[in-house]
Amino acid sequence: MASILAVDDSASMRQMVAFTLKGAGYDVTEAVDGQDALTKARSKQADVVLTDLNMPNMDGIQLIRELRKLPQYKFTPMLLLTTESAGDKKTEGKAAGATGWLVKPFNPEQLLATLKKVLG
Amino acid sequence: MSVDISQFHQVYFEESFEGLAAMESGLLGLSIGEPDNEAINTIFRAAHSIKGGAGTFGFKSVTDFTHIMETLLDEMRSGQRMVTREAVDLLLLSVDQLGRLLVATRDKQAYDEDAFNTALQNLQAMLAGAQNSPVAAQVADTPALSATAWRVTFAPQSHLFMTGNDPARLLRELATLGPCKVTCDSAKLPAFSDFEPETCYLAWQIELNATVPEAAVREVFEWVDNDAEIAVTPILPPPPEVKPKAEEPVAASEEDKPAARPSRIRPARLRRGEADAESQEAQATAESASAAIAEQAGGTEERRSTERRSTERRSTERRSAERRESGGGAAGAAAGGTSIRVDVEKVDGLINSIGQLVITQSMLMALSDNFSVDDLEKLREGLAQLERNTRELQENIMSIRMMPISFSFNRFPRLVRDLSSKLGKEVQLRVLGENTELDKTVMEKIGDPLVHLVRNALDHGLETPDIRLASGKSASGTLTLNAYHEGGGIVIEISDDGAGLNRQKILEKAREKGICGPAENPSDAQVYDYIFAPGFSTAAVVSDVSGRGVGMDVVRRNIKDLGGTVVVHSQPGLGALFRIRLPLTLAILDGQLVRVGASVYIVPLIAIIESLQIERGAVESISNQTEIYRLREEYLPVVRLHELLGIAPASTRLEDCLLVVVEVEGRKFALLVDELLGQQQVVVKSLQTNFRSVAGVSGATILGNGAVAMILDVGGIIRLCRERAADLPLLPPSARVA
Amino acid sequence: MSAQMVTSGLGSNAVLGEQFLTFILNDEEYGIDILRVQEIKGWEQATPIPNTPAYVLGVINLRGAIMPVIDLRLRFGFDAVEYSATTVVIVLRIKNLEGLERTMGFVVDGVSDVYNIPAGQLQPPPEFGGSIRTDYVKGLAMVDEKMVILLDVDHLVASDMELGESPEEQASTESALVE
Repeated sequence: MASILAVDDSASMRQMVAFTLKGAGYDVTEAVDGQDALTKARSKQADVVLTDLNMPNMDGIQLIRELRKLPQYKFTPMLLLTTESAGDKKTEGKAAGATGWLVKPFNPEQLLATLKKVLG
Repeated sequence: MSVDISQFHQVYFEESFEGLAAMESGLLGLSIGEPDNEAINTIFRAAHSIKGGAGTFGFKSVTDFTHIMETLLDEMRSGQRMVTREAVDLLLLSVDQLGRLLVATRDKQAYDEDAFNTALQNLQAMLAGAQNSPVAAQVADTPALSATAWRVTFAPQSHLFMTGNDPARLLRELATLGPCKVTCDSAKLPAFSDFEPETCYLAWQIELNATVPEAAVREVFEWVDNDAEIAVTPILPPPPEVKPKAEEPVAASEEDKPAARPSRIRPARLRRGEADAESQEAQATAESASAAIAEQAGGTEERRSTERRSTERRSTERRSAERRESGGGAAGAAAGGTSIRVDVEKVDGLINSIGQLVITQSMLMALSDNFSVDDLEKLREGLAQLERNTRELQENIMSIRMMPISFSFNRFPRLVRDLSSKLGKEVQLRVLGENTELDKTVMEKIGDPLVHLVRNALDHGLETPDIRLASGKSASGTLTLNAYHEGGGIVIEISDDGAGLNRQKILEKAREKGICGPAENPSDAQVYDYIFAPGFSTAAVVSDVSGRGVGMDVVRRNIKDLGGTVVVHSQPGLGALFRIRLPLTLAILDGQLVRVGASVYIVPLIAIIESLQIERGAVESISNQTEIYRLREEYLPVVRLHELLGIAPASTRLEDCLLVVVEVEGRKFALLVDELLGQQQVVVKSLQTNFRSVAGVSGATILGNGAVAMILDVGGIIRLCRERAADLPLLPPSARVA
Repeated sequence: MSAQMVTSGLGSNAVLGEQFLTFILNDEEYGIDILRVQEIKGWEQATPIPNTPAYVLGVINLRGAIMPVIDLRLRFGFDAVEYSATTVVIVLRIKNLEGLERTMGFVVDGVSDVYNIPAGQLQPPPEFGGSIRTDYVKGLAMVDEKMVILLDVDHLVASDMELGESPEEQASTESALVE
């Protein structure tokens, strides 16, 4: 099954996402911030990257920018977890190379539906 | 598949309380007027996280409340709003309120709605005040246009793949809305030799047969708005009810498509904005198409960016409940945690210790096979090894429960700030030794006593600036918190450079309450110790800050329950110092085994000063029941343990007995025992679990031979002694102490 | 109709809550709800607890737990006897007023049997007017022409032994509050 990299500095969000995805049969790697995610992304190929925006040690947008520089992540779907109001963040995100976004708050069902969209 | 996300609630609350603590200390540390952007960012992120989680887990009030705080902080970090003292104060109060709200939400309890609403209004007022409040962009939804069939043109720009999007996926998704007829436009596809695999050359036209609103169709492509040309037109039987807006781009691209096809230039060049003569027309139409699409996209964007903001609390039928203040601030709210963060290193250490233990155990097992007397030495070594391993394991496990006292000290900056301002005093807080570790449970229980002592120092100890200046002191007083390890336990000191204790007033009050007899002439130390007596209060007016006089005796009792002691030292005009001694852990005690009669008892080592053989001549009887022992320069009351414990003594001849000198609450006593057995660490087991508490006994333990031994509570023993003595009519009533 | 005597406590038509373990005390037969019996063990010397009534023999080490042992003879006001080979300690699970469970051991002369006594066969306790307080007697039953006194385990200790604070501590708290 597909491998997901879930990045969020909030433990409860991370756990919920990981739990939901694992329950659906995905393989999940968790990271606590952009830096951590970058390291993990390099050592293990992720099929999808899910990342929060606001994090210490490298935020989500910067992470996406960095990941896109890596050849193995050129075409990987990368989704930003944003709040509804952050319109400018979506633009910024896209400019950095994000595939799309998932609006917070979301429930597990929405998460799985979005992933299915991305992975087919 | 339904996921129960309530299992993540506990983690959410724990991390939210941590976030609140971070916000509080961040806010306390902000310098007014010269904001440190990184600091504000940290505070902002904490609020943002709490809000995000609240939204996910459905805690609406938390979401709404935190949202405003977050907005204020966002304005601050972007420079739109000044960091004023007023703003910081309001945010600090809001942090408190949020803490209470979180506790109420977590415990599913009522919370004070009035206080909450007031806080919310204050936040809103501040938000509205300084800046144009970011008004919700209330854009009316484009009227949902529905048709039974749609024609969709999807022409991705060549860089589409770089965004991680996949046209095939998008088409698949579109197909979930209804049956599709897809035509692919491969006109842009170059010759194989010029083919760049990372570029998207294809476009599609889809006929979707579904009764869905336009919005649903567009939603499929929402991520690729800017990376593709998207046209959605309804396919209707004869009369077109198509919106003019939608028509133009569709008409344009539909008509121009065949013409544009052969003249489509390389996508790369299109991106760079270079125009070929042939393609200029195509580009113009493409631009107008994208413009129209962008406009529509913009509309959708606005719709999506509508702030969900509510200013009304949905009132429930809850009654207001008072939240108990335990030192105020975020730190207080977090006290309900039941889990521990442990360093992975400590866990690894544990695994090592267990490993060693297993090795030693196998060695002993091997030894026991075919054991002969020759192996005795090896056995001894093996057992010594076992003792080392067990001790190491024990230390490791205890260290897991050890946390730095900073967790407890953290609430004080806020407390001191709020209280000193309320009392009109200037106070500097100094914190030393905050990394000193102690057991988690001990730390949780010492919290309240510490708060009381700090409040007491601020209220009664430290003077107002004018009084201080008049006596030649600096206007600002200093309150020092100090913690360090000593003698196998932890020492916590709370000291101030205030006026010190008022000996005269205390003595008067003690005499008034019968704590001290009229004829008695107590030393300074004894007088100061009276403040711990029950019911004692010298405050003329009971201040609501430090509460009633029962405070100090409860403080002492709480500390005593933890196996510790508290004493006070004072110098008039210079200040006072409270010193608390606590064992590192509740569960294990260093004890001296003693034999009284035929039974073995344990006296906590922490209370013992020394042990000695009785010198006959040094014993003097005051009355039939009371004896005193002269030790060097002091006179110590003798406590006949066997009488107190109701045991038959081994011998009534004093010379056969030994004395164990103990110190309790600043005073020394001599316990009479029959024999001193070894010293060892014992595991404290509670009597209350299956029985009840017993005066004079703090717990029980199981000795190496499997027998149960009582652990004596020295303070309780002394109290029992006094009560026994008091019951006798021979002694004056003033000797009776409650 | 007399109650069925069930051997070894495994009755085929036993209903929950109606099986009683009976024991002998001072030639009388007493019964207690079998569900409250944790185990039966031989008597062992207990460590005395200072300043407790005589019927509280002390505490013993029950696999690492500190468990008090009560001499039921003394508790009921009978004379003490020498412990013999048949003297046993019945370990009971007792619930206090707040529903908290405690484990306590009771020294009895000997254990008798397990009987199935349906609720309908219980007769209310008569007024004893003696040292056996009626708050811990659930009722009486006839088993094989013998009278069995059924006890309410939870009230065996609650009546005059406050679980929680010792009497001395209670007194000192009271006097502090008065001030």
